[in-house]
Amino acid sequence: MTTDTVISCRNVWKLFGADPAGYLAKKPEGHSYEDIRADGYIAGVKDVSIEVSRGEMLVIMGLSGSGKSTLVRCFSRLHEITGGTIEVEGQDIMSLSEQQLIDLRRNKMGMVFQSFGLLPHRTVLENVAFPLEMRGQDKHTRRERALEVVKLVGLEGREEYFPRELSGGQQQRVGIARSLAIEPDIWFLDEPFSALDPLIRREMQDEFLRLQAMLGKTIVFITHDFDEALRLADRIAIMKDGAVEQCDTPDKIVLNPATEYVRKFTEEIDKARVVHAGVLARDGITGEGTPVDASASIQELAKLLVQDTRAAIPVHRDGKLVGALDREEALNVLVGAE
Amino acid sequence: MASITVDENMQGGVGFSRQRLAGILVFVAVVMTILQYTGLLPSVLHRLPESAIPPFATWLDAMFNFVKDDLGLLALTRFLTEGLQWILDVTANLLFGKRRWPNIGPIPWTAIAAVAGVIGYYLGGWRLALLGAGTFIWTALIGQWKIAMETMSVLVVAAPLAFVIGLGAGILAWKYSAFNRAIKPILSVLQTLPFFTYLLPAVIFFKVGPTAGAVATTIYAIPPMVLMTTLGLQKVSPEVVEAGHMSGCTRWQLLRHVYLPSARTEILVGVNQVIMLCLAMVVLTAFIGMPGLGAKLLAMMGSFKLGRSFEIGVTIVLLAVMLDRLSKAWVVKQPEHFERGTPWWKRHATSLIALGAFVFFCILAQFVEVAAEIGRKQNFSQGKEIDTAIKTFLAFDPVQNTTNAMRYVLNVWILNPFRDFLLSIPTSAFILLVIAFALWLGGKRPAIYAAIFFSLVALSGWWDRSVITLYSVISAVSLALLIGVPIGILAARSDTWSRRVLLACDTAQTFPSFIYLIPAIMLFGITATSVVMSILIFAMVPLTRYTIEGLRTVPVEMTEAADMAGATRMQKLWKVQLPLALPTMAVGFNQAIMFAFFMVIIAAFIGTQDLGQELQRTLAGTDLGKNFVLGLCVALMALTFDLTIMKWASDKKAALGLDD
Repeated sequence: MTTDTVISCRNVWKLFGADPAGYLAKKPEGHSYEDIRADGYIAGVKDVSIEVSRGEMLVIMGLSGSGKSTLVRCFSRLHEITGGTIEVEGQDIMSLSEQQLIDLRRNKMGMVFQSFGLLPHRTVLENVAFPLEMRGQDKHTRRERALEVVKLVGLEGREEYFPRELSGGQQQRVGIARSLAIEPDIWFLDEPFSALDPLIRREMQDEFLRLQAMLGKTIVFITHDFDEALRLADRIAIMKDGAVEQCDTPDKIVLNPATEYVRKFTEEIDKARVVHAGVLARDGITGEGTPVDASASIQELAKLLVQDTRAAIPVHRDGKLVGALDREEALNVLVGAE
Repeated sequence: MASITVDENMQGGVGFSRQRLAGILVFVAVVMTILQYTGLLPSVLHRLPESAIPPFATWLDAMFNFVKDDLGLLALTRFLTEGLQWILDVTANLLFGKRRWPNIGPIPWTAIAAVAGVIGYYLGGWRLALLGAGTFIWTALIGQWKIAMETMSVLVVAAPLAFVIGLGAGILAWKYSAFNRAIKPILSVLQTLPFFTYLLPAVIFFKVGPTAGAVATTIYAIPPMVLMTTLGLQKVSPEVVEAGHMSGCTRWQLLRHVYLPSARTEILVGVNQVIMLCLAMVVLTAFIGMPGLGAKLLAMMGSFKLGRSFEIGVTIVLLAVMLDRLSKAWVVKQPEHFERGTPWWKRHATSLIALGAFVFFCILAQFVEVAAEIGRKQNFSQGKEIDTAIKTFLAFDPVQNTTNAMRYVLNVWILNPFRDFLLSIPTSAFILLVIAFALWLGGKRPAIYAAIFFSLVALSGWWDRSVITLYSVISAVSLALLIGVPIGILAARSDTWSRRVLLACDTAQTFPSFIYLIPAIMLFGITATSVVMSILIFAMVPLTRYTIEGLRTVPVEMTEAADMAGATRMQKLWKVQLPLALPTMAVGFNQAIMFAFFMVIIAAFIGTQDLGQELQRTLAGTDLGKNFVLGLCVALMALTFDLTIMKWASDKKAALGLDD
């Protein structure tokens, strides 16, 4: 494990049923989700191993019931796992005492919920200050900090409102502000924008990207919306029936789906928007002429690709040549040919 | 779920359906009854011989004495009495000037009325302000301030006590399922136990007077608070709880800052029920000599002073409606924000105005005597005049003829023959009939309970009186069905009328049960008809209410589908609406029966020959054992109906795919 790994989980199982630990001891590794179900257990999380690095945004993607929410709740020990280990910054969280766990959450973790999870009897400011109050900060400091975060999420002037007096988007801003109040290192977001209208969702995603550019947190983001995942993620983990089908960068998932299930997801996607020049760049070949930027998407390069006549176009990242892309291959991505 | 599978097993396993089994039981019962009429039935099967009846009362007495003296419970309760007595003395001093510490009362009536007005305004605008202040102004002007405050002084102690205990028990029941399982049956017995059964132990353990009254009232009001607390805590959204966890709450912080505030609505509904039950009970503590509105009403009705009874009735009703409306307004009142920079006095305007009005009237009362107290000769009571008016009205020939005719028809043609018929059924056959009823409606489990419960009633040695109690309940509820259900069906046809009738029912349900005796006694005097009449009115309220609710909540698509299928109004009612409304109506029917069991015991005061009469008699002595045996007879009969009907309603609801 490198020092940069923040969350590391190995062979994590979360079973629901009468005697999950006893059942797991019988080694159901080979069993499929249906087999386990026939035995009277539900596999919320099935043998998942995954790592999250510092400053990375991992998006966990899956349909409802795929276990993505369960998995993220295992990371923060809102669920007790049945088997495997989860380490947060090198510490096995299952071995923490109740007080240690509370301290971990009070100082390191923040979480945003799908239906906001706001306390109805508290004002915006009191909701945001809630985690600070729980850790015993004095009234003055927590008020100051809460005002700061409220301003950060653009709710200035609404500090004294109660949640029910706000729109859905505004309520989720409160949820985000609350999760940021303690300046967490790790930020969990459980389908934060699913309950919002499409237009507001888009706006909140922009807002979220703006915040992340500023704060640079380690993020685990849950969504069932593949477009959202592609838009935000450094890496995407696609889950089905409690297991991770594939975990990779958006480009690689789109270009090389690991399973049939993942391929079906990527089918409808406009690959040209997702795939970047850097991914297509090959070491072996060297192109000539003006290079293109590695972080440009194929769609952005469309005009150039169509009009250019070179077979290989050099690609550079931060002014350094990293290889060249095969124009034919790039054009295939652009027109959606397999 | 478990009970449903039991039913299926039974149906498959025994070989015939429960309907057929119920039919067989009815047949056996009929044969036994016929045998009895022809004198062929062995007398053991008709009535249990005295010698076969176990001395439950003596056993219970021995047990009570053991707990009371040997385990030292009496010492403990007498110790608690001291503390309770002290608190009650304080409220008594403040509200009606009893000469005890702190010796500053009584608070002037104008001050209390003003504060009630401000609170009413804060919770619900001018209408509630008028109701709050108006109730107290009426009470003072009509000359009932002192007795009303005697009642209130117990209420303001009992209600918070019941709230705290209920909340605590509710939290425990939610946290520890074992505790929940343990108290569930105790709560349901407590809710069906007749109130006389609360009174005697209260007197024995907590001395006659306000202390016993407060204890009985408190215990009576606890069960709904427990249930509402548990319900509210279970309903808190899991995400809010997780948000609490992620904010780093300790267990205590989670309960205090997340669970309890989020369950606010249910807890406040519980508070509303606590207040209403406390008021209903505190009026009834008149039977153990608690002074106040109830005692006065009891005395006035006893001596047939209808005018004063009426006035006291109005006071009690006003108090009930006020407390109900104010506490309900509190339930729906949501916090509203103040703009930033609102000055301190503006944020607390309501409290400041209330305080200001209170102080102003307290000072005013020092100088203007009427503001402090309305004297004996100054009140506006029209007791005598109303009395004369009512009695003149009743003496009119057409009125008298009508009431007499109704009384005659009811008594001679319906009630007495029905009672004699029920009494003529052999005990064993009667029990079989009840089992058949429970089996047919509820299935195996209610049938087993019915068998056990009614056998216990038979063994108690109070069979005849139990049957008479049951007869009053059945006949009154049947009559209430004939009147209440059609009213409900008619009202449900239009939105306006549904709303009006529901409002009337809601208001009527807040009245303490004692009130229902007043119109019955006015019309029919102190007779057996009055008993049935008062139960009838009391039981009609839930029947009408749930009929409307059942019919109104039939999904619109279904009535629309019926309309499109070309159903006439009648066809729609009989084929679509009523079948779908039936489970909800059954809940109303069940409540009507529970209310009837409650009322029939109170009506003992008019003079009945049932369990209530005996129960009331035990209050004079220290016969705890007998008191409990009688009380349990009532509770066991009521529980049999409760279990059976509610089981049927929930089965039916599940079968129709309607959820609660």
